[in-house]
Amino acid sequence: MGNNTVSMNLNLKIWRQKSATDKGEMVDYKLTDVSPDMSFLEMLDMLNDRLIREGKDPVAFDHDCREGICGMCSLMINGQAHGPERETTTCQLHMRSFKNGDTIVIEPWRAKAFPIHKDLMVDRSAFDEIIAAGGYVSVNTGHAPDANAIPIPKENADLAMDAAACIGCAACVASCKNASAMLFVSAKISQLALLPQGEAESKQRAEAMVAKMDELGFGNCTNEAECEASCPKGIDISNIARMNREFIKGGLTNR
Amino acid sequence: MTIKKLDGKVPAGNVSEVWDNHRFNMKLINPANKRKFNVIVVGTGLAGASAAASLAELGYNVQSFCIQDSPRRAHSIAAQGGINAAKNYPNDGDSIWRLFYDTVKGGDYRAREANVYRLAQVSNNIIDQCVAQGVPFAREYGGTLSNRSFGGAQVSRTFYARGQTGQQLLLGAYSAMMKEVGKGKIKLYTRREMVELVMVDGKARGIITRNIVTGELERFAADAVLLCTGGYGNAYYLSTNAMASNCSAAWRAHKKGAYFANPCYTQIHPTCIPMHGENQSKLTLMSESLRNDGRVWVPKKPGDKRAPNDIPEDERDYYLERKYPSFGNLVPRDVASRNAKEQVDLGKGVGATGVAVYLDFLDAIKRDGEDVIRQKYGNLFDMYQRITDDNPYEVPMRIYPAVHYTMGGLWVDYNLMSNVPGLFVLGEANFSDHGANRLGASALMQGLADGYFVIPYTLGNYFANEKPNEQKVGTDHEAFDKAYNEAKDKYQQLLSINGTQPVDYYHKELGKIMWEYVGMSRNEEGLKKAISQIKDLRKQFWKDVKVPGENTNVNVELEKAGRVADFLEIGELMARDALERKESCGGHFREESQTEENEAKRDDENFCHVAAWEFTGVDNEPIRHVEELKFENVKLTQRSYK
Repeated sequence: MGNNTVSMNLNLKIWRQKSATDKGEMVDYKLTDVSPDMSFLEMLDMLNDRLIREGKDPVAFDHDCREGICGMCSLMINGQAHGPERETTTCQLHMRSFKNGDTIVIEPWRAKAFPIHKDLMVDRSAFDEIIAAGGYVSVNTGHAPDANAIPIPKENADLAMDAAACIGCAACVASCKNASAMLFVSAKISQLALLPQGEAESKQRAEAMVAKMDELGFGNCTNEAECEASCPKGIDISNIARMNREFIKGGLTNR
Repeated sequence: MTIKKLDGKVPAGNVSEVWDNHRFNMKLINPANKRKFNVIVVGTGLAGASAAASLAELGYNVQSFCIQDSPRRAHSIAAQGGINAAKNYPNDGDSIWRLFYDTVKGGDYRAREANVYRLAQVSNNIIDQCVAQGVPFAREYGGTLSNRSFGGAQVSRTFYARGQTGQQLLLGAYSAMMKEVGKGKIKLYTRREMVELVMVDGKARGIITRNIVTGELERFAADAVLLCTGGYGNAYYLSTNAMASNCSAAWRAHKKGAYFANPCYTQIHPTCIPMHGENQSKLTLMSESLRNDGRVWVPKKPGDKRAPNDIPEDERDYYLERKYPSFGNLVPRDVASRNAKEQVDLGKGVGATGVAVYLDFLDAIKRDGEDVIRQKYGNLFDMYQRITDDNPYEVPMRIYPAVHYTMGGLWVDYNLMSNVPGLFVLGEANFSDHGANRLGASALMQGLADGYFVIPYTLGNYFANEKPNEQKVGTDHEAFDKAYNEAKDKYQQLLSINGTQPVDYYHKELGKIMWEYVGMSRNEEGLKKAISQIKDLRKQFWKDVKVPGENTNVNVELEKAGRVADFLEIGELMARDALERKESCGGHFREESQTEENEAKRDDENFCHVAAWEFTGVDNEPIRHVEELKFENVKLTQRSYK
């Protein structure tokens, strides 16, 4: 609702690609009567409704919770991961961030490790593989001592929570010129290294996750900090420094 | 048509000893033999991820399926508030018994006592487990865990991780699960949708899935199938559920014989951001803690279009404070929701659509200062402003109720097994623990209780007694061919209709019927109307839906069509269940059954039971079976909030 009720006309340039093996191309669409109060994905819903009614193939894009927490939505919008607003996922971006007559370029995440399934949908299962390599505490169900048995300084718990806020959307990879996954990987390594429960295996964890990250074709960090700037959850780049410390510790002290 | 009296199989004995005794009495599987059993787990939310991880750790071979691109994205992730446990760390009088008592009462006495007691018992183990996994719960300066009071509870028993408790608990369960994926004990299948349950000799022995990327229908066999697939709130189209949340796995199991219990029990949450227009795709919930300081009001005059701050104090109706002087703005969720609808129906709704009420913080800001309010609710105010473009520090928020959770689900016994042997149902997908109304911070508790601490025991007992591994069933069994062909035909049919209206049109139309007649308040006439309108809409759907593309690639419309076809069936059952349950209880309010104070009035003499429906064909009358509920420990009373 808001106060802005003037509707907008937009020129959309959208990446269309039928399947993983298709070459793909940018396709132009005009969309009229877009309400500024619609979310960006509702704008795409509106386009798709029109395409379906015209007997055309709707644009495939990933999305689910539409409240900024599941990490499913993606999209490079005018060259920015998740669009122009800071710390905002695409699903929480609203059309009031754009103007009548704007041209909006919409592309998928582009990285070697994320092949395209269709249109704007990419395969991010590489992130799951990295977690499976070591992004956990090796504790089985039932092995836990009382939750208050080990006090954790509030400061550390808060820092761990800051890192744990990562939603795994991969904006960091998409906006990095090296397609590096370091912000994602370091966020998990930091969260667990900051807590006594995760500290016991922190060296092995860092080594295993970094090795898996390299194996899957992600690039290296050259300190551009684009990842931090595009992160919808404000994950701090200092986590990468902590990851490097854990990794080096592992290299120096492991047998 | 014979009505069965269902047996919940609760072992005899004192409620506080039942689970411990049962754990001892259940049979075990030798560690070396566990690897001979295969388990399918559908869904990777709190229930599914915790079950998959725990079963794999025990040595079973687990196949895990999720609809998203990663198991970390299941909708449990969106829970904000927290998770209850009876730790009594704050020393404020909490106990397992009190959590049990509050949960039974909060459910308006429509849940099984023994299930709820077990839930309260294992709640403490859940917190221990999550901390051990590295879940960063909020802490005090001394390093101990922080607790808060939630949803009107008189004790502080809620553990939380900022406003993202669901996310952190899910990531904990996800990491436990990925640990087992790394070891090869769980085989993970993402972007898969379960489309059929496969039964052999009356037992659940496998599933057919659709691969969302390739369109391929795939077969998976196992010794047991666990459905952890969430609720059916998206039958209303607009809800706080995620876009892909659906009832299809549960519904297709229902069509294969699993009873569906209490489908009319839905929870409608009072503090959601109202819809902005026809293109709205989902609704966003804001924590109900907002009602601690916000005052709910509407203009006294219907159709008053003035800006809220231009409406003088004496022309505002603070209707909750007026009608419920002792609880005021803090009345329970269902009462707050129904009253908002009543004001809107009287023409007093606010905002451009007229379908909202004000939640005003200006008095609280005057009293405590903007800084204090910002500290308490800053993140919620930011979220509100991001979505609506209004600044709630300056103008009142607009709120309206939205469908949030479904207490009904597939019927399960005390062991979480449905009436179909080998088919287990966990988390929101089952009906078991919340009765007719779920308390805040209890959903996360139930999902994890089922997955971490109940199913690892009860599944082993099933395997030890039934020995399904002795009759190996492969995917070449004719039952798989049959289920495969059913699924294939259904998709073929949907693609061949080539009508005029897209899938969303039908979903939205269904949502309107559900919201109007099977929403916050229900009556006989409306429910009958709903049943007949849904039948008509379903017919129209199968004649006129337009699904473009083919079944050999990503086809989002085809996926949605399959799900909406199921919503068009479950919607009717929800209305039917609401019609038959002539009492009001919890989230189910029948206008014919209310107290003089307009409160939900239960009819314990005739409805102190679970209704579990048996499927008899899409256009046939289903059969309503009952499971009597006995209350030996909790006294049945009538609620009052005056």
